[in-house]
Parts: sequence; structure tokens; C-alpha cells
Amino acid sequence: VCIHRVRSCSSIRFIKSKYVCVFDKSALKFSHQQRLFRTSAVSCGQIVQFKLSDIGEGITEVTVKEWYIKEGDSVSQFDSICEVQSDKASVTITSRYDGIIRKLHYNLDEIAYVGKPLVDIEIDASKGVAPEEDVVETPPMSHEEHTHQEIKGHKTLATPAVRRLAMENNIKLSEVVGTGKDNRILKEDILNYLAKQTGAILPPSPKAEIIPPLPKSETLPAAPKDKARKIPVPVSRPIVFSGKDKTEPVTGFQKAMVKTMSAALKIPHFGYCDEIDLTQLVQLREELKPLAQIRGVKLSFMPFFIKAASLGLLQYPILNASLDESCQNVTYKASHNIGVAMDTEQGLIVPNVKNVQVLSVFEIASELNRLQSLGSAGQLGTNDLTGGTFTLSNIGTIGGTYTKPVILPPEVAIGALGKIQVLPRFNGKGEVFKAQIMNVSWSADHRIIDGATMARFSNLWKSYLENPASMLLDLK
Amino acid sequence: MVLQSSLKNCLQLCCILRSPKAGFRSTTSGSLIIQSISNDVYQNLAVEDWIHDHVNLENQQVLFLWRNSPAVVIGRHQNPWQECNLRLLRQKSIKLARRRSGGGTVYHDLGNINLTFFTTRKKYERMENLKLVVKALKALRPQLDVHVTDRYDILLNRQYKISGTAAKLGRTTAYHHCTLLCNADKFVLSSVLKSPYKGLKSNATPSVPASVKNLFEEDPSLTCEVLLDAIAEEYATQHHIDHHITLINPADETVLPGINNKTKELQTWEWVYGKTPKFSISTCFNMVYKDSVLDVKVDMDVKHGRIEVCNIDLPEQWLPPALCSELVKSLVGSKFCPNETTTLAATLLRVCPQDDELHNRWNLLCENMVMLM
Repeated sequence: VCIHRVRSCSSIRFIKSKYVCVFDKSALKFSHQQRLFRTSAVSCGQIVQFKLSDIGEGITEVTVKEWYIKEGDSVSQFDSICEVQSDKASVTITSRYDGIIRKLHYNLDEIAYVGKPLVDIEIDASKGVAPEEDVVETPPMSHEEHTHQEIKGHKTLATPAVRRLAMENNIKLSEVVGTGKDNRILKEDILNYLAKQTGAILPPSPKAEIIPPLPKSETLPAAPKDKARKIPVPVSRPIVFSGKDKTEPVTGFQKAMVKTMSAALKIPHFGYCDEIDLTQLVQLREELKPLAQIRGVKLSFMPFFIKAASLGLLQYPILNASLDESCQNVTYKASHNIGVAMDTEQGLIVPNVKNVQVLSVFEIASELNRLQSLGSAGQLGTNDLTGGTFTLSNIGTIGGTYTKPVILPPEVAIGALGKIQVLPRFNGKGEVFKAQIMNVSWSADHRIIDGATMARFSNLWKSYLENPASMLLDLK
Repeated sequence: MVLQSSLKNCLQLCCILRSPKAGFRSTTSGSLIIQSISNDVYQNLAVEDWIHDHVNLENQQVLFLWRNSPAVVIGRHQNPWQECNLRLLRQKSIKLARRRSGGGTVYHDLGNINLTFFTTRKKYERMENLKLVVKALKALRPQLDVHVTDRYDILLNRQYKISGTAAKLGRTTAYHHCTLLCNADKFVLSSVLKSPYKGLKSNATPSVPASVKNLFEEDPSLTCEVLLDAIAEEYATQHHIDHHITLINPADETVLPGINNKTKELQTWEWVYGKTPKFSISTCFNMVYKDSVLDVKVDMDVKHGRIEVCNIDLPEQWLPPALCSELVKSLVGSKFCPNETTTLAATLLRVCPQDDELHNRWNLLCENMVMLM
């Protein structure tokens, strides 16, 4: 009865919908006539059983391997519904209709039969099942054969509005490359296609344009601050932002970060920064690089920074210590296991070089190479990732000067190295020269380390690096 | 806005490729043979996707020829842990790819040829394609004993599999692809396709192992180039076109707009591992620590490649129970992946008492857990 009423209304114009309003109690809540009409149509929409059509090669049954939709989801024509498999062939079943999924006839891994219902879809009765929804020219097709996947035309996803636009302009959707989700064709794609065909200059698309500010002489009605102001163009369109918020659970690497940083929060940090003149070190490294290369090792600046840090820790062992949970005991660690923060695809990891106190600069470089290649392949082991006592972070390879690094528990200190810049400085004679300057930012646990200790350690580290020859005196 | 557009560019591949055939759109069978210049499995699979999505196959069919540097390719609905030795793959830097067609797992290297036959859904016919391949082989070497089985394999000497098949059907188009073993490394093939992972229970499509042989072993004059040429020749004959192979660059966005996005998608963890059907692991292993041997029992459910349920049974008090439950809690929701597990384990160690004994035991447990992945 409901459907019948809707059908009779569809042929009559809006005037008569008032009668629908009167008789249909549920519609009284809504004031908008058009909305009324559609609401009543949806609530008594036609449920269509979408049957699994012929797969070919005489196959009669398939296994359902993945559902792309669930009951209650709304689908558009050509949306993927599920993936079925039969004898090494994987088949994507797409929807014939726009509507809402009301029932899935099979669970995963069940056998589905050709010709039997796959899903029930409640379609919008107002839209009907008209084949004219297909924009693409179809060769003569027997209309009795309404098997659901045998839609001539191409796998094109587009909303009805886009399809209409294409049809109005005699464009085959198959010729347009879709840039939306699942290669969906958006309005912009049609417009771009047209522009290419006709050389027409189209108004700027709303996506990511730098809209220059209006000259002051223009008078504008009070407009919202930034995005709405634009240079008047022949055809203006409202800017539509169709992005949606996306919520995901925190897992994996992020979870690890959350744990570490939450623990780090308990440590009272203080910072100490300085600048280091690396002019001499840069020269030294240039000389040593080819020697290391011959031995098959890539030599960066890090091995020097690490070794200098270890030499410093010999003088100020409190920086290589650990404070227990209750803050009752400080453990001075014998090994200098210096961690090197690495940025990988998945996130931040900190492998460490063990026992730097007994390693040469070359050995450190070699070990770093090993850790770096394992790190980028995602193959670092637990041994490489645990047991660190002190950390250096070379954020300067990405950029930056001064930073405020966060200490990684159970350590008590960390150093972050900025980028090396060429800057003018005064030498002893008062002359300006070109210096290779790098900034370092230390953070330390103020519960057991005081500013003076940090400053002295930093000065010592700095002196080793500014005058690399001095490292020779203290190398063990 | 209604603009009259009189130009009717058809997205026929020959036009895009600007091959010598491009200028005119042939109304007869304008079938096409194309070959990839890339050996990257992801790029080549992306080309298949691209053709499947964008090319009008009504009046033409396409044959796509491609070869890959070492890679293991699993079927759409398969479980990589069940199908291959992931540890070995990582060690040898052999890529892992999941294709969109069904079927089983194969090993590709430059000694293996891949052929993809693109047609409309209606013209999808695997047997015909394979018979074409056999015809080409026999035209080349009439004495070769090759035939197509009803499982769509090609056997050599009635015994050895030299080709496996898989297919993908979409709304209007379909493709059937198959391998052809010319001169692949059989030793690597058999070692990577053997899974060391025990206790897996899954509804994923299993592969059917078979003895394989290279055509090269049967006749050393059969190289990949010779075979590709013969197959192209046979295809050209059957489709009444010139024996002309158009080269295609899978990284060229101007020829294949949108291809790089497809390539990227095929490389994401979510596609390669995340599309694994739900499975469970129930296994136990021994850990040797100092003078004792410990039994550990692990049960996990993995869905979309992430650990949904996790249970680790350890001898009592070998590790602080609080720490163990922290580990289990952290693992739930994480990827079933050695890298992630290692990072999580290392992180958890930061926030517990600094005790060498504890650290050693912890690392031992975690290393063993990682071996399951």
C-alpha cells in the first residue's frame, strides 16, 4: 500500500505531496515537502534480492572471501560488495543499485551459488531500477537479461550528479580518469577532462589553492576571514571541503612512544645548549672518509660525537647512570651503551652501540653502519634496542638548531644535535672566518644531575670536537 | 554547464602509449601486445590493475608480458605465514607481494615469465589462453611434451609443473595471468616456499605444492627472450595483428595516470599482510636459559594482520607476571610483525627495574616470540 502511494505521487508534481503529508503520520515531523516525500519513500523502499550472476566457464559455486560492506551500509551503483573466489579466480562483485544493504546471505568462507541471492538491497523507490542510470552508450542489450553484473559499459564509479554532468557533455565516463577514492570520478575530473578537450579555462578548483588577498579598493560584504575571500572569477563556486575526521586506535610504534614518553614525563628535565665549531672536525673527516671507505665503512660525524661523549662520560659518570624507581639509589653503569635515535618509516627507534668505552672511532662507525642497515630493513633485534645508557639524537640531518630533547628512561641524559651551518665567526686575531657551526641541546635529570655537571661535560665534549687532536691524549 | 565536445578520444591503450599504431583507432581487432620495461613486482602488478580499471576491452584484447626480480607473490586470499618462509625472504631481501587474483603462491625471478591476458568478462577463457601458450611452445620445439591440465597448470613431460594460473574478474573486464618457468632458481624457489611456521590454523586458500622444472633444463636453447617472442608471435597470429611488442614504463604517469598510487598501495603493509584472512596460532617452543630448558606455550588470534587475542604461558615467576601481562596487553592491537614486537618489547623494558638477569630473560622470550612472525 505504501509503495503504491509513492508511485502515484511520483507522476504528480509537488502540489499533490501535501496529501501525502496529511495522511502519513510519521511525515508530520518534517516541514520540508520534498524531504517528506523522500523519507516516506525510503521507509517503505523496495527490497531487491541481488543475485550472484554468472562467473563464466560453467562455474556454479564460489566461496565468499571478503565482504566490503555490512548490513545497514548504504551503497552506490558500482560499489564493490564482496570478493568471491572460485578455482584460482578472484571475482569482485559490484552493486547494481543504489540503496541500503539489508541482508547478507552468506558468512565468510561459505559457498555461494550462482543464481541465488547474495545480498538484499533496499533501493530508493523514487529512483527505481532504471537502466538509464548508465551514462555510457550501450550496444543493443536484451533488457530481459537483467543479470546484475552484466552491465555493459565500464567499471566507473561516479555519483549520479557526476554522471549527469558527463552525460550533458557527451563524455564517456570510461575516458575520464577518476582521482577520488577507488578511482571514483569526481566533478573535478570531468571538468579537467573537458578543459583538455576544449582548451577552456576553467575556474580554479576549490582544492588547495593559494588564494591571493583582495586589493584594498575592492569592497566586499562582510565575509568570513580567510578562505572565502577570492579574486572575482567569471564563474564562482562555493568552496566545498569534504574531508572527514578519522579516528584510529593507538597501536604498535605509537603505543611504544606513549609508554616511553609517559614515563619520561616523571623526570624533571633541565636543558643546556651550546654551539660547537666543527671546522677542524669537518676537515679531519674529509681526510678519513676515503680510508674508512677502503675498509668498507661509511664514516659520518656520529662516530666522533659518540666517542667524544664516551670520553666525557669517563670524567662525569653520573651522566651514564640510572636512578631507581623509589629514587633511593643511583646506579653508575660501567658500559657506555650509547643510543642513536633513528627515524624509520614506522617511527622513532633507538638502537645503541654497546661498550663505546672500548671501541675505536672506526669500530663505532662500522657498528653504526650495521645498525642503520638493519634499522631501515626493520630487522633490529631486542639486543640492539635494549640496554642503552646514554642517547644522542642527530635531528640535524633533518633540520633545526636548538631543540628540547626528552630523556629516554631509564637513562638520565640525552643530547640532540642540530644541523651544521656555515656561519661567520671571529678567530683569535679578531678576523672573521667561515666556521662550521653545530648546535647541541642537552637535557638531564635534575634529580641527580646539576647544571654545573652538565655544563662541564658539555664543555669537555665540545673541546674534543673543536680540537680533535686532543682526543688522542685521552683515547684508551 | 553544457559544452559540446566533438573530440572523441577513446581510452584505448594504443592511443595513450603513442605507439606506431596509435594514430588510427582500428575498428577490427585492435589487440595489443605490451611488455614492461620494469622488473619491479609492485610496478608490474600495478600495471595489471591499471589496465583492468581503465582500458576499454570491447574491441581489443591485451597481452601483457612481464618479468620480476626475485619476489614471492601470494594470491589474494592467502596467508603469507602459511605459504612462505618470511624470515628467509627478509634475510635475502626478496620482496613479498599480494596480487589481486586468486590462486596459490609463486616465486618469481628473472628466469620466470609472466603473461597476462586481458579480455572482457564475456570473453574470459583460461583454457584458450593456455592452449595458445602450448601451441607457441610446440611451434618452437615440436618434440616438447607440454600439455594443459584441467587445473589450468601446464605440465612438462606429464610430470613437472612449468606454469601456474590465476585470474581476476571485475564488473566488465577480466584478466587471466600465468607464469612460465624458463630458467628460475629452483633452489631458492623451494626454500622460500616452505613455511617454517607451526600451529597455524586458517581458512586462507592453501597452495598446492608441485614438482617444478625449468624449460631451460629440457632444452638449453630456450631462453626467456625466445619464449616471449614465440608467445607474442602466436598471439599476434591468433588475433590478426602485427607481431609488434609495445614497451611500457610502469612509472610513467603521463601514459598511465594514477599508476604510482596503485604501485604504492600494493606495497603497503595493510595490503600485503593486512589482507590476510583471520587465522590463529597455537604453538609451543623451548627456551634454553642457563642450565634449564623452559616450555613456553603461545596462543594468538590474528585478524587483518594484527594480534587480536594473545596468550603466553610461561613457567611461573620466571618473569614478573605484571611485566608479562603488560607485554600481552601491548601486543593486542599491534601488527603481527617482528619489528613492531621487538620495539614494543624494548620499550617495555625501559620502564621496569634495571636488572641484567631480567633483561636477559626478557630478551630471550621476545626473540622467540619474534621467531613466530
